[in-house]
Amino acid sequence: MLAQSHSINTSQPPVTHFSADSCCLSIDHLSLAYAGKEALRDLTLSVPRHRVTAFIGPSGCGKSTLLRAINRLHDLNESVTHSGKITLEGQDIHAPQTNVTELRRRVGMVFQTPNPFPMSIYENVAFGLRLQQRLPKRKRDDIIEWALTSAALWDEVKDRLHRSAWQLSGGQQQRLVIARTLAVKPDVLLLDEPASALDPISTLKIEELIRNLKSELTLVLVTHNMQQAARVSDYTAFLHQGELVEYGPTDQVFTNPRLQRTENYITGRIT
Amino acid sequence: MTSGAANTASRHARFHWLNDAWPWLCAASVALSLLMLGALLALLLTRGLGHFWPAALEEVTLRSGETLAGEAVRDVALPQQPGNERLYFTGNQDINGVRWRWVAIEEIAERSQPNDLIRLERSPWGDFIGRLVAIEQNDQRWEGDAAWQRLNTLLALPASQRPESQLLLATVNGQTLRQPLASVVSAEAPNAMNVWQKTVTWSDAVWRFLSEGPRAANTDGGVWPAIFGTVLMVILMSVIVTPFGVLAAIYLNEIAHQGKLTRLVRIGVRNLAGVPSIVYGVFGLGVFVYGIGGSLDEWFFNDTLPSPTFGTGGLLWASLTLALLTLPVVIVATEEGLARIPEAQREGAVALGATRLEMLTRIVLPMAAPAMLTGVILAVARAAGEVAPLMLVGVAKLAPQMPIDSEFPYLHLDRKFMHLGYHLFDTAFHGEDVQAAIPLVYATALLLVLIVLMLNLTAIFLRHYLRRQRGSEC
Repeated sequence: MLAQSHSINTSQPPVTHFSADSCCLSIDHLSLAYAGKEALRDLTLSVPRHRVTAFIGPSGCGKSTLLRAINRLHDLNESVTHSGKITLEGQDIHAPQTNVTELRRRVGMVFQTPNPFPMSIYENVAFGLRLQQRLPKRKRDDIIEWALTSAALWDEVKDRLHRSAWQLSGGQQQRLVIARTLAVKPDVLLLDEPASALDPISTLKIEELIRNLKSELTLVLVTHNMQQAARVSDYTAFLHQGELVEYGPTDQVFTNPRLQRTENYITGRIT
Repeated sequence: MTSGAANTASRHARFHWLNDAWPWLCAASVALSLLMLGALLALLLTRGLGHFWPAALEEVTLRSGETLAGEAVRDVALPQQPGNERLYFTGNQDINGVRWRWVAIEEIAERSQPNDLIRLERSPWGDFIGRLVAIEQNDQRWEGDAAWQRLNTLLALPASQRPESQLLLATVNGQTLRQPLASVVSAEAPNAMNVWQKTVTWSDAVWRFLSEGPRAANTDGGVWPAIFGTVLMVILMSVIVTPFGVLAAIYLNEIAHQGKLTRLVRIGVRNLAGVPSIVYGVFGLGVFVYGIGGSLDEWFFNDTLPSPTFGTGGLLWASLTLALLTLPVVIVATEEGLARIPEAQREGAVALGATRLEMLTRIVLPMAAPAMLTGVILAVARAAGEVAPLMLVGVAKLAPQMPIDSEFPYLHLDRKFMHLGYHLFDTAFHGEDVQAAIPLVYATALLLVLIVLMLNLTAIFLRHYLRRQRGSEC
């Protein structure tokens, strides 16, 4: 049955197309390998602007690998090779004239485990700003307040901005990391299972935050929590064994999947 | 199956005692280590610090009618006959020719501790033990108690302001001598002192041991130049080794491709830590002193040749040699610190648009700083105790000048220096007066231990401060 659905997949690539002005990010025939071992195979999809797009799929399906390809984090690992093209707002991110640090500023990333730096809350949020340019303190303070407010953390930390960030709870740390990313005004925010290490209440706060941030930027969310994908995302892509199996509006993918394989996964028959 | 169970049962029976005893064996090992450490420290403390305590002076009359005065040091069994003999420190080398006297206890007819016996510390000739008869200054003369009071008044003045005076001294067997005041370092009458006065004298003696230079071929006086040399050399060594070690560790852990070659280099570095230190001394002598130093002399100090400037052992070469010796320690500790930093921290920085250098300098290095300090602590502990390589590359028995003074360029890297470890070795084995050297060896050893401890504590407090500042545990 798997072989059958595989043949359907290759004959009818499940690509959702967006018009050029609503497409933020497009991935075109992307293949990627770790030291020769294939992790992504011939993947094509486009991500709409100011929407939440979720990548779902079983462990090891390549969803995190795909996410990390978007801001070229794989550059850190020399054994990673790729082919194909990723374009952000019409610009090829692997083009020689692309400045990779500028790309990473435009494409922020939040990781699975909160990773605040070992410095004060204030310095955490200021970290990205200090890399960009020298700002007058007043202006920097304003941006930091704005970023912390946007990440729904300001009220909880405004009295202890200069205390160590490592003293915050897990959920607060994750919102701090989001604030830190927002401070450099990215166009895209990549979230790699941002709530998987958090308790249910913190998870709800993060999800609410994701929905609110949609008006500011484009979000791409990797999650292994099906309910979470259904709750927060507008579009859902289902990946399996390095291939894109199905991609479409979340309602459609969850209530009326085109392929048996997707339905099997969503209903818990593939893990 | 049955035989297996029986086998297990018999094995249990055979090693039954071991099952109960092994925690005790482990505890006994710890206890033994602690006991040895405590014994070592106790020995150094009592012998080292006890030396400065003003001991009672005895006036002894022998059966032969001869009298002598001195400090009883210890009793030893007589060789091949019953009874003990006692070692007296009698001083008065200028009169007797020797400073020590062995007396069989049976020979002693009478012993007493008269209050008017005094001990003068002189330079030259060492201690005088006897009585003060009078002090003469021009045509003035003080006698008896007045003389003793006058002497104390004069010694309380700074050495440059003391008026020229003559001391009239008498030994217990009646010989007299005139001693110029200028050659007297200190005076005490220990038999007349109470505990408080003895404590004051003791702390004064300890202070002079710490703050003065050595006298009489290292058998007397203090160890200040050796303390200074040791600390300065260790500081210079740390300043050299830290950047080198940290950069090398960064290369190995952050930049190098983690392949076979890197692993080989890493094994090599770790094994360098096990190379005997004297081998580093030979390397330092060949490469630094004769190679680099010789070339420097040819290029820049040609006019003073053939007397070498850098082409002989000196502070710089000693520090460099020890830096080389401790480099593996710093590299290994720093690498361990770098490896402990979670990948998420690096990725977090890079994902915010930091370049690799920014990630290193702003996140990775501050987080690895405590580990680097651990490396430096270990390096300091090793370097401060090293003597063997120093003997080849620049340590001196008696350095004529300090390595730092008011003369340009203030820090003289080419000078030879004194070192506590070498001073210890020299005092113990090359002194002409073995009996006098023994307490000094203990005192110097104690000082060396304390200095290593202090250098380590400084670095540990610095590390603690760094950790506290960030509220982190790594």
